[in-house]
Amino acid sequence: MNLLEIKDLTIRYLTDDGDVYAVNGIDLSLSSGDTLGLVGETGAGKTTTALGILRILPDPPGKIMSGEILYQGEDLRKKSQEELRRIRGGEIAMIFQDPMTALNPIMRVGDQIAEMIFLHGNCSKDEADLRALEMLEKVGIPGERSSDYPHQFSGGMKQRVVIAIALACMPKLIIADEPTTALDVTIQAQVLDMMNRLKEDIGTSMILITHDLGVVAETCNKVAIMYAGEIIEFGTVEHIFNETAHPYSKMLFDSIPSLDERVDRLHPIAGLMPDPSNLPSGCKFHPRCPYADETCGREAPMPEELSSGHTIRCFKPYCFKGGVSNG
Amino acid sequence: MGKMLEVKHLKKYFNTPGGILHAVDDVSFSIESGTTLGVVGESGCGKSTLGRVLLGLLDASDGQILFHDKDITRVTKPERKILRKDMQMIFQDPFSSLNPRMCVADLIAEPLRVFHVCKSKAELNASVDNIMDIVGLARRLAYSYPHELDGGRRQRIGVARAIALKPEFIVCDEPVSALDVSIQAQILNLLKDLQEHGLTYIFITHDLSVVKHISNEILVMYLGCVVEKCPADALFLHQLHPYTKGLLSAIPIPRLREQKSRVILQGEITSPVNPKPGCRFASRCPYAEEICRSKQPELEEMMPNHFVACHYVREINGI
Repeated sequence: MNLLEIKDLTIRYLTDDGDVYAVNGIDLSLSSGDTLGLVGETGAGKTTTALGILRILPDPPGKIMSGEILYQGEDLRKKSQEELRRIRGGEIAMIFQDPMTALNPIMRVGDQIAEMIFLHGNCSKDEADLRALEMLEKVGIPGERSSDYPHQFSGGMKQRVVIAIALACMPKLIIADEPTTALDVTIQAQVLDMMNRLKEDIGTSMILITHDLGVVAETCNKVAIMYAGEIIEFGTVEHIFNETAHPYSKMLFDSIPSLDERVDRLHPIAGLMPDPSNLPSGCKFHPRCPYADETCGREAPMPEELSSGHTIRCFKPYCFKGGVSNG
Repeated sequence: MGKMLEVKHLKKYFNTPGGILHAVDDVSFSIESGTTLGVVGESGCGKSTLGRVLLGLLDASDGQILFHDKDITRVTKPERKILRKDMQMIFQDPFSSLNPRMCVADLIAEPLRVFHVCKSKAELNASVDNIMDIVGLARRLAYSYPHELDGGRRQRIGVARAIALKPEFIVCDEPVSALDVSIQAQILNLLKDLQEHGLTYIFITHDLSVVKHISNEILVMYLGCVVEKCPADALFLHQLHPYTKGLLSAIPIPRLREQKSRVILQGEITSPVNPKPGCRFASRCPYAEEICRSKQPELEEMMPNHFVACHYVREINGI
């Protein structure tokens, strides 16, 4: 049984100005020990998906319209708030992007970690404090700093504290929403390295939300590429990086300046991400796709399996390889 | 060609309650006309302060800035205003650097109005249209407001404002950091196209792949000091300073490879307030010895045009 299985999840924001189609029928599956990279540009629906899984969407306006979120075979959509509260933090933990706002500024960091352990760990306050101290050392912060406040830490250290809180109860699944985007590269390398180590230590799975394909290459074994609320390509990291099939994935790779070769001009993707309250008909990517034809504008492609575990939503997989061009 | 800008022993210190903050500490370099100097470093290394001091947005504490061989370190306000015509800036955040109450045409016309470049309203409108064409903003957007536009278009307005007066020199302070990769590529291409008309850039960024793409020469900064300076390609082929090595190896590369041997730099950037004597990088450097903690290394030319500030550069690189 998969640890997490999402079937046809659809999330909309129902606003006065119309409905925003944030997530449109996505399927995902995650086995124990997997690290899934959820990749996409701003507005692709990555964070909405994460909030949806944990049922912490701002409601209103956010609403899960349909679909199933099976965690260990049980649908999280059918759980009561009480049950969900036990799962959040205890079974599924979240690491937020911005450590500055994720921590309580007027609470000592040690207490913030202990609070989590006390709530989920079935233990006394003293024991929670002790385990919080251990956790702090595990993420590389000396124990004597446990009585410091968040503002006394640097950005990288704060993110370590956030990670310590997330891992404190040995969750089975961690959802990390751009955990290193706010950090410098050398600190990012330290934090990713540490997350990978701890993940292995306690044997948890992870969904890593990011826009950085470099981070994905280094940490994930499965990748889902999102565009306009759909997963347009899903597969193992080898599928996505070595056998890229969807034109959007390909163009995303091509728009990144390379460190190894010198090119005169980059290849940006023409046009803009569509407005999620007014999505184009057919394939959502067709207005920006140089390989699109009439069918792409008329019919929406369904997920199709190219090889075992490699699915894409496109009528013309590998189209960029055939020398097709519209000039 | 020739030197457009020359900076000699530039320092910028701030007085803080905790002591003196050394934001830029003894930085020297020069830029040839029509080229791009990339300045890379992590947050707090003084790269943005450097850009601001160059344009006179902040006063230098010490040192000299020469623009076409003329000292512009301390100039009067009217002189500064004339200089602004030739020296412009593109800011990082296209969300906060544009006046939300001005429409696109007004935003672009503002520099032209300030300098009374156009003689008539018609000429002004024609100039604005022309600039919008150059930066790739559709004319129908002339009366839109910044909040109606996406980040990429907003940054195009930032670029348009910077080039409106046909400056020779532009400081780009992280112009693409707030943008998605596909949009980032559009703006980088635009900046490259504009350079064909002879613009000179200082390109400040923390993103090494971006800086490699756009620069001719690169300056690597750490805590206010230049640790390495060399042609862009050389930096990626044979970087010499241990900090540069760590920085490069920390970049996640979007490609699957064999397990790469990574040197992960330990520790964090130390405080720039009252820095200890010696090499600023010593506390994180795996090779640091006694001398690194007592004596600050000077920039030394190790290869043609390749300068490094490190006591042990020869030993580390086997030169």
